[in-house]
Amino acid sequence: MRYFYFPGCTLETKAVGFNRSAKEAAGALGVELVTLPEWNCCGATFPLSTDNVLDLAGPARNLVSTAEAGGDTLAVACATCFNVLRRTNHFLRKHPDTLEKLNAFLERPQPYAGQVEVRHLLDIFVHDVGLEAIRRRAVPGLGGLRVAAYYGCMLLRPADEIALDDPERPGIMDELLAALGAEVVDYPHRGECCGAYLTVKSPEASMPMSYRILSAAGRAGAQVLATACPLCQFNLDWLQARLRQQYASYQPLPVMYFTQLMGLAFGLDPAGYGFEQHYVDPRPALAQAGVLGGIRSP
Amino acid sequence: MRVTISVEQVRSEWVRRIEEVSGQDVMACYHCGKCSAGCPAAEAMDLLPNQIIRLVQLGQVERALESQTIWYCAACQTCYARCPKGVDLPRLMEALRELAMQKRGDHLEIARLDVQALAEFPQQAFIAGFRKYTT
Amino acid sequence: MERPARAPIAHALVIGAGIAGMQAALDIANSGYPVTLVEKLPSIGGRMAQLSETFPTLDCAQCILTPRTVEVGRHPNIHLITYAEVEDIQGEPGHFRARIRRRAAGVRWDICTGCGACIEKCPTRVPSDFDMGLGRRKAIYTLSPQAVPNKPVIDKEHCRYFTQGKCRACEKVCPTGAIAYDQEDELLEIEAGAIILATGYELYDVTRLGEYGAGQVPDVISGLAFERLLSASGPTAGKIRRPSDGREPKEVVFVQCAGSRDPEKAMPYCSTICCMYTAKHAMLYRHRVPDGQAYVFYIDIRTAGRRYEEFLQRAVEEDRVLYLRGKVSRIFRDGEKVVVWGADTLSGQQVEIAADMVVLATAIVPRPETRRLAEMLGIEVDAHGFLREANPNLAPVSTCRPGVFVAGTAVGPRDIPETVAQASAAAAKVLSLFARWQLEPEVVYAGQS
Repeated sequence: MRYFYFPGCTLETKAVGFNRSAKEAAGALGVELVTLPEWNCCGATFPLSTDNVLDLAGPARNLVSTAEAGGDTLAVACATCFNVLRRTNHFLRKHPDTLEKLNAFLERPQPYAGQVEVRHLLDIFVHDVGLEAIRRRAVPGLGGLRVAAYYGCMLLRPADEIALDDPERPGIMDELLAALGAEVVDYPHRGECCGAYLTVKSPEASMPMSYRILSAAGRAGAQVLATACPLCQFNLDWLQARLRQQYASYQPLPVMYFTQLMGLAFGLDPAGYGFEQHYVDPRPALAQAGVLGGIRSP
Repeated sequence: MRVTISVEQVRSEWVRRIEEVSGQDVMACYHCGKCSAGCPAAEAMDLLPNQIIRLVQLGQVERALESQTIWYCAACQTCYARCPKGVDLPRLMEALRELAMQKRGDHLEIARLDVQALAEFPQQAFIAGFRKYTT
Repeated sequence: MERPARAPIAHALVIGAGIAGMQAALDIANSGYPVTLVEKLPSIGGRMAQLSETFPTLDCAQCILTPRTVEVGRHPNIHLITYAEVEDIQGEPGHFRARIRRRAAGVRWDICTGCGACIEKCPTRVPSDFDMGLGRRKAIYTLSPQAVPNKPVIDKEHCRYFTQGKCRACEKVCPTGAIAYDQEDELLEIEAGAIILATGYELYDVTRLGEYGAGQVPDVISGLAFERLLSASGPTAGKIRRPSDGREPKEVVFVQCAGSRDPEKAMPYCSTICCMYTAKHAMLYRHRVPDGQAYVFYIDIRTAGRRYEEFLQRAVEEDRVLYLRGKVSRIFRDGEKVVVWGADTLSGQQVEIAADMVVLATAIVPRPETRRLAEMLGIEVDAHGFLREANPNLAPVSTCRPGVFVAGTAVGPRDIPETVAQASAAAAKVLSLFARWQLEPEVVYAGQS
């Protein structure tokens, strides 16, 4: 299986661990992720004003490039990039006049006609590779590590445009984690916003939002929180130092990318996964669950 | 103080522009309050999300533009996902932000950000923040 | 129009034996005409039989209902067929032919005395639909102690004899030998001149309300389920106990409009009765649990009937039920509590309540059988599956087809007084046909009235 792959800015820089683990985990499942030639920033947020056509040009260009490279699917790891690209695609398919304007602006050899499908890696792994194949490959597996899946907003809403999972009862990441051998922990705030870009304006605004998610997951017994978005990972990880000061009984909880957990489950070498960059180091919890050992060559 | 409600206000150009830019019929909202009930960022807001749309319905756009609420919206789409009338409140918030910045300039002054602290932030945070808070 | 060989038949077929069907049947039967009354469940009474008290009088539902059910059960002019469904209807007004399938109960009702020994001895317990899943019944059962007819049926999907070939305890203990495992469905052909559809309602499925727990949180229940808790003949003998651990809840949140007034995600219409029955529930809860606190989340309060507004104000002023204006966004479990995220738009606050139990006033929806019967009869249903009246203002119990009339919640959400009035109205329409046929027997049907 081979897909064009959109890394996005953050995966190439701050979140290289996510990028690397995604590619390696995919490789271990026989999925080749080919980085889209000449990809550009998706814009990090879907433009919500109806007259803002120019902000659609950036994400649209990636869709056109995929079509030009002969691809019918663009695979994405970052939930935010996924959301922007998918919503852009949906908007252009529904508004042919805007599509026409953008095609005229982009001046590519072939106009884009909405033919590319934007898909998240969770979708590709669970539906194209299948849980059974993942289960078989998950050796040494996660050994019952208690993981809480955190979906955030961008993987789920708006449901009719994103169509990845049920926004009120998502389960796709839970299914994947269970297939990896994790003990999946349920808690009530799996699809709630962590604060996103509010942290840039005011970390204090994001704190109660991230706190709710982390404390509920912790109380439910999670050893690790799994996520699919570098901004969620940052908020939930970086804010914990402040949370510890603000909330007396707060217990730290490491926040990882689901692909890092896949790599570990498959016995791949996590050297390039960036555990050292995490603010709350996941390695003690991983070692305690016996997950950091059992490395074998890919 | 008795606030005047008049046809000039209710049918003002501001309301029309907000509806145009957001693509929403503000009168579709019947103020059930579900958006406010579920908004994860409401703690930081001065007015609740449903109060913002109420102000627009009343033609009191200036009050909506002066609120802190529109800047604490994270566009998480929870309100839109649950609204029984299908009102796209995130789009409405965006239209209000744009209008506010057109009148008063950027909300975030990039030059005054703490560079050292922010060196740790992922770039998508900045790109999104600049998109939402500057023109 | 071809002249039929026989005069039109002054015999009514009423489908559905809830309060609407029963009222219509009694009105027609008391006028001296024969009625065939068909009911899908083993006994009659419909939703009212599940209620504890009715608003706005707080009359005991069983006390006002059982005189009716008994009268129906005994009436010489009413041919009551329960545990049966209408499979097919052919013909024209004045000459309808209905094929009715009476399901095999596994019990010979002609010799059963209703002593209940079989029910007592049956070893199998299954969740009871009548108790909305909160209680259990046996595999051989009646719906309630006051059931009319008070004769049991065997649930073949759970009975040990039918699933495993074992047990047969009911047969051993029956004093009259009424158990008949090999009993077969019975097909009856009924001729009738006019038909009344009164097939009632169901509730919007709680599992479709994802943000409210989707049926996964055991202490989040529907309004009808709460009725069963309130009911003296219910699963907890009228004590308020929460499903998860049987403890008495001290803080109960009532959520109105759960699936109603929601064109985007559920039903667009208002279900009419929820404001009133929620006030009733909150009041009765406070009477049963004097140190309990009730909260009601609402968008608007609709108390349009006679003395309804005064009833609601009693809930607020006398029973201190706290009304919060705001639709609930999220319900989830946190340890032993059920957390409710709502809003009070009147004071402009986002609110959170850690309740012991939550009752959802779920939308009233039509039954699938209603649509099936409508298709059979060639009458219209609306987009949701409710029967369509000939004219909502001026012909509320007639349909586009002469000789076919409708009443009750099969047409849309409404309360008991309206339902009873419509049932009598539908009966009057039928009686006017019968009277005309008596005067002018050569006229096939009276046409649209």
